[in-house]
This record gives sequence, C-alpha cells and structure tokens, in this order.
Amino acid sequence: MQPFAYQAPTSVGEAVALLADPAHGARPFAGGTDLLVQMRRGLFAPEMLVDVKRIPELNRIAFDPDAGLTVGAAVSCAWLCDHPAVWQHYPGLIDAASIIGGAAIQRRATLGGNLCNAAPSGDAIPAMIVLDATATLAGPDGTRNVPVADFCTAPGKTVLGPGELLISLHFPVPASNTGERTRSGARYLRFIPRGEMDIAVAGAGAWLALGDDGTITNARIALSAVAPTPLWVKEAGAALIGKAPTAEAFAAAATIAQEAARPISDVRGTAAQRRHLVGVLTRRALKGALQRAKGEACDD
Amino acid sequence: MTNKTLVSATVNGEPVEFFCEPQQSLLECLRDVLGLTGTKEGCNDGNCGACSVLLDGQLVNSCLVLGVEIEGRAVTTVEGLADWHGLHPIQQAFLEADGFQCGFCTPGILIATKALLDREPNPTEEQIRTWLSGNLCRCTGYDKIVRAVQAAACQLNRECEVDA
Repeated sequence: MQPFAYQAPTSVGEAVALLADPAHGARPFAGGTDLLVQMRRGLFAPEMLVDVKRIPELNRIAFDPDAGLTVGAAVSCAWLCDHPAVWQHYPGLIDAASIIGGAAIQRRATLGGNLCNAAPSGDAIPAMIVLDATATLAGPDGTRNVPVADFCTAPGKTVLGPGELLISLHFPVPASNTGERTRSGARYLRFIPRGEMDIAVAGAGAWLALGDDGTITNARIALSAVAPTPLWVKEAGAALIGKAPTAEAFAAAATIAQEAARPISDVRGTAAQRRHLVGVLTRRALKGALQRAKGEACDD
Repeated sequence: MTNKTLVSATVNGEPVEFFCEPQQSLLECLRDVLGLTGTKEGCNDGNCGACSVLLDGQLVNSCLVLGVEIEGRAVTTVEGLADWHGLHPIQQAFLEADGFQCGFCTPGILIATKALLDREPNPTEEQIRTWLSGNLCRCTGYDKIVRAVQAAACQLNRECEVDA
C-alpha cells in the first residue's frame, strides 16, 4: 500500500474536520475489509485514513421498544449478531450480517461499511431497505438523515458529500411492538455457489406486516446483485397490500421483482440465472418473513 | 515518506513496543518488525485466513488490521499458544489427528479454532465447518481438520471437568 497518515479521533466533530479539509485527502476507515483490499489493488490512494472506531456515536447499539434500533456505523457484524435485542426484534438483519464473510471478517466488517462501499451485491443493504432503515450523516454543514433506499447511487457511489461521515443506522420499531395489533417479519436470502465466504449471485430481502384479519397491510421487497445498486422494488411490495399471504400472492410479487431486476452476465452468473434466482429467493424470503410475522421459525 | 509511529501493545502476553508506518498491516508488523513469522501471508486480502490472529480475544485477519490500530491492545499469535509445559491441547490434537499436511494454513486454523472453542466449547460439526470457512486449506480436504477440532474440544472439556 502507498503511504498515508493515520488519525483516530474521538469525536464526530474532529472526524468531520479531518475529512472535510481537502488538504488531507482523507477517507473514513472502520473495519477495512473492503477499503484496505481496494487500496492494495490501487483503486484508491487516500493520503489519510480517519479511523472512526474510537468515536462513541459510531460504536454503539441502542434498542428502545418505543424508538427502535440504532446501530453505529462502525459496529461490527459479529457485535450486531451477538446482540439479544437484534436477535429478538430484527432477525432479518441477522440474516444478512451473519453471512458477510467468515468469522474473522465478521469481527471487522460493519453494516455502515457495507452501505458506504455501495456494492450492488452488498448483502446488508436490501435487508436494511426492507426494514425501512434511515442513515444519519454528519458533515461540515451539520447532520442529515437519508433513507437507506436512497443512499447508493451507482456501483461504489453514494449520496455522501465531501467531508460527510455516516454516523449510524436507525431501524423503526417492529410493527409487533407498536400496539397497533399488527405483526411483522423480515427475511434476507442470497444464492452463492459455496456455503459461506462468497459474494451474492443474487439476493432478496422481504418484509411484511399482517393485520388483525391476517391480510397483508404493508410489504417491502429489495434485491441485491441484479442492478447497478441494491434495488427496492416498490411495486412488488405494493402488489401484496390487502392480499392474503398465500403462495399465489407471493409468486405474483416475485414475478414483479423479476421484471424489475436488471441483471448482467458476469463471472458469478448469467443474467438469466440471476433473474430466475430473483423469483426463487423473493418467494422464499416472503415465506420466511410471513413465518416470522406469525412467530414461527423459518424453514428455509 | 517516513511517518513512523511508536506502538505499545501486548503480544502473546508480553509487553512490546515497536515503530511502524500507518500503511503497514498488523501481519507485516508481526512478521517483519517483531520477527513472529508463525503467522502466514496467503492472499493478503481477507479470503484465506492464513494470517488469523486474536485481537483482544477476537478472531481477525491480521492482513486487514493496521499495525497502528493495536496501540494498547492484546494480540495472540500461534507462537502464544504453547507454553513451557508443552503444546496447547489444540496443537496436540492437530498433531495426533493429522490435521495438516503442508502446514501453511495451520497457524491460522489453530488460532481460529482457539477463537471458536473459547466461544463455543462444544461445537457441532456444522458449526466447526462454518466457523472455519474463512480458513482455506488446499491439502487436507478439511475432514481431518474437523476431527482435530472435535478432539481438541473433547480434550479441553475434560480438562475443564478435572479443574472443576
């Protein structure tokens, strides 16, 4: 790697000041599992890395039954997966965080990094989109919130402006806790040729909420690795609203997701295979989301 | 450009101080600065696990950690497993079960096994295979590695029972 300077500030203000000064040529550094690899390949040559792992706001998990879940941008996937409240209330997030790399990668890789890396195949991004997650950013002009669904703009590109830093990700209260007598569940699934340690050929996340009478009151479906960015297929979720959660309804939504996908053929798979996988994975993810909404275990 | 930083840390239970540049990985610092060549460089991008070490007890790929990051922290490498009494039970189990052939992946697999058994003393075969998915071995076909981990777990649990 080319030489660079290293700073490990302990406050958001210090970090933003370092990142915002063009003279520093700085990039944020959390787990480094994408960044250091890309720097060794010569994709980036930052003059400074700003280690964000000593900033309290980026290194916390907070769950409040009335406010939802906040995950700091530098929280590792392993930390998240070991958190009891995340297990209990956001298993759809565990689906994704537990399959990003193997055990060693999971102790460094972060949800925030997965989002900022903006790979079309980023497993955590569809899982966060279907949970209606919001990203909080801090920059030289203050803080702002951006829906995770709008965060990635192209492969490797995001809405982060000069000097802006991702602080945390916020997930709303699961519907079952809101007292509105609705129940909700989420599931993320991907296809890879081996069991672990691989990049998605295609992935699908699904979330749905059930009303008193068991019909679907709301649903979201998002896909990975089948478009230049992780893709929220709003019309696939909308098609489920007011329907009974049947295999036929799920198949119809999966067909809409397949039509919305814009896959390419590459070393991991062909466009036709990816489009086929979107159908299979969307149906299975919806089934898993339904099982979780009903308090049952997922069977695939 | 030289931009050396003094890092103070604990490596294998001993306090160490060393100078490194920010772009030097923990792996480079261990091997080239501290002379601890037990930790191996395979892919240098987080895929193979040959460089696995424990950082404050957590399994990491030392190729994806910067040396400057370990200020004030504790690192365990394969050199830290055995003590003056002899091999660590995990090492002994790998020896007895033929859990290696060429041996290049072995330091990383021993460290990953230590991290697994510290966390889960009685792992299932599936848990062992999933946990070790980040440690590639091109010789054994993994079967003898899994048997060695199972034997090590058995041995460590027996010792725990004796101690209790």
